[in-house]
Amino acid sequence: MLRFTDEHEWLRLDGDVATVGITAHAAEQLGDLVFVELPKVGVKLTKGEAAAVVESVKAASDVYAPLSGEVTEVNEAALSDPASVGADPQGAGWLYRLKLDDVSAMDALMDEAAYADFAK
Amino acid sequence: MSLQAAGAVSPAAPVPADSLAQTPLHALHLRLGARMVPFAGYAMPLQYTAGLLKEHGHTRAAAGFFDVSHMGQIAVTPRSGDAAEAAGALEALIPIDIRGLGVGRQRYGFLTDEAGGILDDLMVARLPDRFHVVVNAANKAADLARIRAHCPESIDVALVPDALIALQGPKAAEVLARLAPETAAMRFMDVRRVAILGTACLVSRSGYTGEDGFEIAVPAEAAEAVAEALLASPEVLPIGLGARDSLRLEAGLPLHGADIDPGTSPVEASLAWAISPARRSGGARPGGFPGAERILAEMQAGPARRRVGLRPEGRAPVRAEAPLFAAEAGGEPVGRVTSGGFGPSLGAPVAMGLLPTGLAAPGTRVFADVRGQRLPLLVSPLPFVPAGFKRG
Repeated sequence: MLRFTDEHEWLRLDGDVATVGITAHAAEQLGDLVFVELPKVGVKLTKGEAAAVVESVKAASDVYAPLSGEVTEVNEAALSDPASVGADPQGAGWLYRLKLDDVSAMDALMDEAAYADFAK
Repeated sequence: MSLQAAGAVSPAAPVPADSLAQTPLHALHLRLGARMVPFAGYAMPLQYTAGLLKEHGHTRAAAGFFDVSHMGQIAVTPRSGDAAEAAGALEALIPIDIRGLGVGRQRYGFLTDEAGGILDDLMVARLPDRFHVVVNAANKAADLARIRAHCPESIDVALVPDALIALQGPKAAEVLARLAPETAAMRFMDVRRVAILGTACLVSRSGYTGEDGFEIAVPAEAAEAVAEALLASPEVLPIGLGARDSLRLEAGLPLHGADIDPGTSPVEASLAWAISPARRSGGARPGGFPGAERILAEMQAGPARRRVGLRPEGRAPVRAEAPLFAAEAGGEPVGRVTSGGFGPSLGAPVAMGLLPTGLAAPGTRVFADVRGQRLPLLVSPLPFVPAGFKRG
């Protein structure tokens, strides 16, 4: 299941673990990325809190936790090569994985068509 | 994430596009695929299709074309036809040697206020019949009013409506020489009236990137033709405001409104070098400009704080307004970052900031608060990248 937030994040659910990243639309708006900061594995995140940071040459942007849960894995390749997040934001440029407190919360988020409409 | 806070332009940007002024090159920017943003009341290109990193690197390696028509160009023209008559009025506002400025030469300076703060920084060029002053976009109305108020009736002070194009980079001279061969002989800070495609332009060998290059004032109706001719050269790419900022930051050049402002004196701003010897204590015409008492005293005794270069030791950029601390824990802020970001040519974050003189020596380690963590930075000499000016 692939879902999107109005804060321009995507989540792909596998069991009760969601892979989280920024949307292609967000990456395009931000421009070339030069720095990525990710949460620590094991950290518990509450929906809406700042979980990661992506920085372009010009500005830093917080990436908020789209749902509540515990961080199980982070994308080390994104840390060492921030440009990879901009190059493939919805694939190899994923940011972290989150074991969701409540999988059903995914249902309240936008599907791909709804997000495409939102981001217009 | 908030794309608004990212400096990216959201479709719902609060400033309606039709309230913004447009430069004479607006249609060209749109044709080139620029992402336009509001800047100092103008719709300006933030970046083109190549993107900021490529635009930055291309300017350092070849040549970049910049539309800087938003900047203020002010002609100060004595009715007598002799520029010399206006030199005294300008020297009363600007602490540099303007009487001694040769025809066809340009000098960097600033308008100071009575407290010794920097109202704006600028370039003054001397032509046979007038001075041509180039000021920052956000300050041009105030600068025009201030200069006009200080000039007698016999001197006309007016905004010049020309477009302003910057061509910057190691290939800039080769490119411009194909259109105007006489520019090849110009040295850094020379100013010439030059015909380009049959139109009289005012060309100076200067810029805001740390590279060799030119700034070209072109009558608005000819601006697009001149721009297209420059962009037709294979060495030239159009460059947006994003790369203009990263280029000037690496070059250690201050931005008014960020690194320098009315709260900063030229001496604090590490710009005392620009105050001409003739205007200093013991010079031929010491003082005689707003704030002279404070500024000349600071030159003697040294300022309490200074603008410095800063290199974060880690990979995280440290941005403007980050407070600076002397220690990794505890204590009150001792200064602040005034500009900061990523230096594409260095492949590392760079910043400038204000620090107490005791912490301003290169090699001093200070700490910036970034998202609640204290990150170490080293005070570093400016510029971060060597200048490519043609001084010879």
